[in-house]
Amino acid sequence: MNIVVCVKYVPDAQADRTFSVDNTTDRAGVDGLLSELDEYAVEEALKIAEANDGEVTILTIGPDRAADALKKALQMGAHRAVHVNDAAIHGSDAIATSLVLAKAIQKLDPQPDLVLTGMASTDGTMGVVPTMLAERLGLPAVTYASELTVADGKVSVRRDGDLASQTIEATLPALVSVTDQINEPRYPSFKGIMAAKKKPVDTWTLADLGVDAELVGLTAAWTTVESFSARPPRQKGQIVTDEGDGGSKLAVFLGEHKFL
Amino acid sequence: MSTTDTFDLYGIDDLLTEDERDIRDAVRAFGVKELRPHVATWFDEAKLPARELARELGGLGVLGMHLEGYGCAGLGAVTYGLACLELEAVDSGLRSLVSVQGSLAMFAIWKYGTEEQKQEWLPRMAAGEAVGCFGLTEADYGSNPGGMRTIAKRDGDDWVLNGSKLWITNGSIADVAVVWARTDERIRGFVVPTDTPGFTANEIKQKLSLRASVTSELVFEDLRLPGSALLPEVAGLRGPLGCLDEARFGIIFGSLGAARDSLATAVDYSISREVFDKPLASYQLTQKKIADMAVELGNGMLLALHLGRLKEKGTISSDQISVGKLNNVRKSLEIARESRTILGANGISLEYSPIRHAANLESVLTYEGTSEVHTLVVGKALTGISAFG
Ligand SMILES: Cc1cc2nc3c(=O)[nH]c(=O)nc-3n(C[C@H](O)[C@H](O)[C@H](O)COP(=O)(O)OP(=O)(O)OC[C@H]3O[C@@H](n4cnc5c(N)ncnc54)[C@H](O)[C@@H]3O)c2cc1C
Repeated sequence: MNIVVCVKYVPDAQADRTFSVDNTTDRAGVDGLLSELDEYAVEEALKIAEANDGEVTILTIGPDRAADALKKALQMGAHRAVHVNDAAIHGSDAIATSLVLAKAIQKLDPQPDLVLTGMASTDGTMGVVPTMLAERLGLPAVTYASELTVADGKVSVRRDGDLASQTIEATLPALVSVTDQINEPRYPSFKGIMAAKKKPVDTWTLADLGVDAELVGLTAAWTTVESFSARPPRQKGQIVTDEGDGGSKLAVFLGEHKFL
Repeated sequence: MSTTDTFDLYGIDDLLTEDERDIRDAVRAFGVKELRPHVATWFDEAKLPARELARELGGLGVLGMHLEGYGCAGLGAVTYGLACLELEAVDSGLRSLVSVQGSLAMFAIWKYGTEEQKQEWLPRMAAGEAVGCFGLTEADYGSNPGGMRTIAKRDGDDWVLNGSKLWITNGSIADVAVVWARTDERIRGFVVPTDTPGFTANEIKQKLSLRASVTSELVFEDLRLPGSALLPEVAGLRGPLGCLDEARFGIIFGSLGAARDSLATAVDYSISREVFDKPLASYQLTQKKIADMAVELGNGMLLALHLGRLKEKGTISSDQISVGKLNNVRKSLEIARESRTILGANGISLEYSPIRHAANLESVLTYEGTSEVHTLVVGKALTGISAFG
């Protein structure tokens, strides 16, 4: 069982995140880490691999420092990692990202039985890369898994909606994105931390993948961020004084704000 | 937010290897996510889910991390110190749990025990499935444990233990106690499973310090042990004192964690708190407090790292450990108290850490050799004259 987990290196959400001069996410000024939503995908991959004698490969696209995200996943127990690192990728949109990920996955040997991703990145929070990637790879995509089992060449996935839960099956190979409800990601143990140093990490460029640099990066992006501004500070809350009519005042307030 | 922290100011990271930084970061992340959100409640309610935490810490690899073999991580002294520091940055009680488990109970078995004792206890203790405690202090014998009254008498192949121990960390939650007792000849150590008939542990309530830590009295009434319970490889006070040197070493680093967290809390607070229409941090009096604290904290860290490297080389002496414990605990306590002043009335609330750290450090100042005792050790080292008796 070979599993690939696509992960992203993102600016720490605890820090003051901002944009660079070209309106892309500032990755230099803020410490980064493995996107927390991707930790669930890594954990799930490790659990499946442990139960099925499998191997977990971690794949990321990112600048030099993105190696930290790979390191964390290797410390958690993944077996090897691939880092696609090429200056031309800077500013890529989801479409270009999915292209590079697909090419990198196609280059893997052996080919994966299962591709896992988080449900979205904690910086871009678009959540579209998983389906785009599945489309490019020609794989069935099951998104937002809150439970995942692998048996008999199939994945069975529970998706929890607001009103109902669905169980969906797909034949392997398949791509599944997982939610933050699926498991509790482990902390790397000291043994894992020491072992991670000896695990193989391949670094690939666009040329290695045979991807034309014209197709990726800021200039190729289908959308651009024109401008940004800080969210205005929160307005003071409104205090409703109850003079026997507190209930109806609240109802009016909620109605005005379309909560009812 | 403050712009730099003391250890950055001192360039401490440059003195650490990548492995040391990685493990430090892992313990810090665990502390921030899993411990910090709960610690004020544990302290307030004087309830620590110690057995659960032991399993989590064991899973991480913290318990007995500086020991080799038997499921232990076999890491260096500095790495161990950094782990203590990160835990104590949350609460001294959590570091105490780890110190007693790894440096006192496990170390005693690892260093002085038989192969069977090691096989039986160390892997489970490293995993946090079994919790250990270390019984040396008695009600009337703390700084001078040589006077202890707890006695072990030979009865055929067995030993029969009578007496009591006081102020024993982890005592009432432990699966195994390493107990030091006088015998007809010298002081000896025993590995005592706590389910042995004749063993009782009573938790000490109403503490105002180390409330997020279990402290107990142990009572032994005609407690019968097989001959195999004796720790064969050591006799005399040298045994327990050897263990204490291990634990004290952890405190040299650990206490600085409490200080670092106190200072960071005070700095952040001083920047956001406005008094007389400007931030508290913009007054020279505040900046002097902050700068003085940072200098003591950074100096303490340099000392800790120096001692850590000596320990890794295998040349550290007890006197040097005394220097470290004396300075770093004393300075950390001063920093916690001074930090509290910056928080004003908020400083007496458990919502902020400095008063909790200060209260905890009162225990840390006392256990593992009081500051007075370490002063006398240093005094003796420098003058050649013992002023203990
Ligand atoms: C929270 C907590 C947890 C503990 N956990 C453990 C544990 O797990 N296992 C264990 O065995 N013990 C433990 N202890 C006990 C601790 O090690 C002792 O309290 C310590 O050694 C001091 O002993 P004492 O309390 O009897 O004080 P005493 O020895 O009575 O000292 C009282 C005062 O006299 C001073 N003094 C003593 N001798 C001299 C001297 N010669 N000259 C000048 N001044 C002197 C001391 O410095 C102190 O200020 C713990 C204590 C606390 C508070």
